[in-house]
Amino acid sequence: MRNLENGLTVETAKDSQKWDHVVTPSQGWFDFELGETWRSRDLISMLVKRDFVSVYKQTILGPLWFVIQPVATTLVFVLLFGTIARLPTGGTPPFLFYLSGLVMWNFFAASFSKTSDIFAGNAHIFSKVYFPRLTVPIAALISNLLTFAIQFVLFLIAAIAYGYLHDPVAIATAAVLTLLLVFYTAMLGLGIGLCVSSLTTRFRDLGNLQGFALQLWMYATPVIYPVSLLPINMRVISIVNPMAPPVTSFRNLWLGTPMPDPMSWIFGFIFTAAVLLLGLSLFSHTQRLATDTI
Amino acid sequence: MRGSETIIKVENLGKDYRLGVINHGMLYRDLQSWFARWRGRPDPNAKFKDVSLHQEEEHRMRDGNFLALDDVSFEVKRGDTLGIVGRNGAGKSTLLKLLSRITQPTRGSIKMRGHVASLLEVGTGFHPELSGRENIFLNGAILGMSKASIRRNLDAIIDFSEIEQFIDTPVKRYSSGMYVRLAFAVAAHLEPEILIVDEVLAVGDIAFQRKCLGKMQSVNESGRTVLFVSHNLTAVSKLCSRCILLSGGRLVADSSTAEVLNEYVSAVSSNRKPSREYPLPDGPFEARIRRVSVTGPDHKIASVRDLSEEFSIEVDYEISEPMEGLSIGLQIVSVEGDQTVISLSDPELDWSRLEARAPGYYKSRVKFPAGLLNTGLYQVRVGMSSKYKIFHVVEDIHFEIIDNVGIVVPLGYERKNSLLAMQIPWELRS
Repeated sequence: MRNLENGLTVETAKDSQKWDHVVTPSQGWFDFELGETWRSRDLISMLVKRDFVSVYKQTILGPLWFVIQPVATTLVFVLLFGTIARLPTGGTPPFLFYLSGLVMWNFFAASFSKTSDIFAGNAHIFSKVYFPRLTVPIAALISNLLTFAIQFVLFLIAAIAYGYLHDPVAIATAAVLTLLLVFYTAMLGLGIGLCVSSLTTRFRDLGNLQGFALQLWMYATPVIYPVSLLPINMRVISIVNPMAPPVTSFRNLWLGTPMPDPMSWIFGFIFTAAVLLLGLSLFSHTQRLATDTI
Repeated sequence: MRGSETIIKVENLGKDYRLGVINHGMLYRDLQSWFARWRGRPDPNAKFKDVSLHQEEEHRMRDGNFLALDDVSFEVKRGDTLGIVGRNGAGKSTLLKLLSRITQPTRGSIKMRGHVASLLEVGTGFHPELSGRENIFLNGAILGMSKASIRRNLDAIIDFSEIEQFIDTPVKRYSSGMYVRLAFAVAAHLEPEILIVDEVLAVGDIAFQRKCLGKMQSVNESGRTVLFVSHNLTAVSKLCSRCILLSGGRLVADSSTAEVLNEYVSAVSSNRKPSREYPLPDGPFEARIRRVSVTGPDHKIASVRDLSEEFSIEVDYEISEPMEGLSIGLQIVSVEGDQTVISLSDPELDWSRLEARAPGYYKSRVKFPAGLLNTGLYQVRVGMSSKYKIFHVVEDIHFEIIDNVGIVVPLGYERKNSLLAMQIPWELRS
């Protein structure tokens, strides 16, 4: 019908009209299909819903699991590192100390691990239908954000119970800055996850390494100990580890523990920006041919 | 008027696949393959299929790449229904994958206008824990529908699926029939400008298939462009006004459906021979198949065999040097069903023949009982291999089974609805 209105158009003129999709062999390293991903918002929201709902369908406690897991882990940490190993927490109640570290760390670990098996985990769908692949890690990130929000509220309740948080101005500042911390952590997890998911299409070995690496990484991050506990010659770990500053800063904002070394933030920003760019680039490059190899 | 706008333009499209060494999923295997090739040994991880393709379709190999699709160009106008036909391995699936952007071409380009939806499968992304209703939204979103459009069509989708009373039950409790109905109901309500459909119609019961065919026809009447790939020539001729024929990765015909289907059918039958001889290669060889024949009880070669008679397949082969572990593989493939019916290897039971064999010309035969195969067209594939090497594969022998006597075909049916037609007697137990 469109042609009836401009019936005079000739074939050549029509061909020169803009095509909606042009598929060619090579696309740039930095063509991330962000526009198309944005147009797939409805798909992203459905994927988030699927992730969230499928976790607790047919469970008795349902969404409560999002709370039980960090509380139980924190209690184990309190027992293991606080009561038995007697690791100092710098005067902060051990329960709050470990919970604050875990809430941040869990968010990072989930952001990383849920985006790191995109191709292998969705091979079946990817080989049958096309949609912007970036929607999948973004949806994973959003459902992690929801989990984080629940666990964060849990942390706030615990903090209030321990007599923290009475200055409204400090709370407002901390809330705003926490948003930035969350954004930073999400981008770091996404960047590394995208790198790993792109590389695992070629080398499945990486999948085996990942869980183990994540565990080691947690111990290199001040989740269960304050940075001050590290001997001077090992402090470098907390500077080159891009997850050390958000964990330390989160604790600083809400519990008033010492601030992280500014150097660690500078390093962290550079690392995160670089790894995110590399991850997006690898991912967009891999997705075009991934179905040929998985 | 509306048929004049070009909505899809495919130019010089090509897709290569690297064979055998694409990826083993494990660093260890990659290294193993590299090492073997470096030493000039056969790749221990190469698959049988890779090697047989290598020999069978040498013209499709270039620099170690397999040309799944080569230099394909065509255009589709708005409102057209284009059928894509060709035998298995002709490149149909590759073309579909490229058109639906699942993978990227190696050469050439595809340009399209408007929203594209591809149905290479129904029910992609269904989550077993979610209810039918939730899966309509999820699957619809994966197929590119907006939430608003799904909501608008929700009643129609549920109605089309005929499973209204189970719509809030998790789909893992569905029977496979219900699952497919729901999945197709979603797919049928897509509203793209271009719809790409692979043989998804081959699902569900006959009544439901008819309903789907009808729905697809109505989709086309509303001015949408449909690309339809199928083995079901009846469905193709019913739905499509124009067809393209692929063969060996290339486009060999692009014309009206009647003409293309004619060409397709005659190309298939002119190549059908029940017996072939194969010359020795010019250079040195290790083992070659020399002759394959389908013969009747009288040892005469004939391309048409009666269902009620036994038949044999004779394979002659030559070995130029003493050889251990030699085996001859034989497959009978139903051409219409595209399914391997029988797969045998010599020696199937007599392991002593795996021991060293002297050079020479061997004649072998395997007999099949009467009624083993139902009526239809069959293809014979024969391969010679040792443990790590495939010497020769041939698959250009065909024969047809007909039913002269008519005893096994119930009145009013073209063909008994089974692969095998063995006549096995019943006895009365009381």
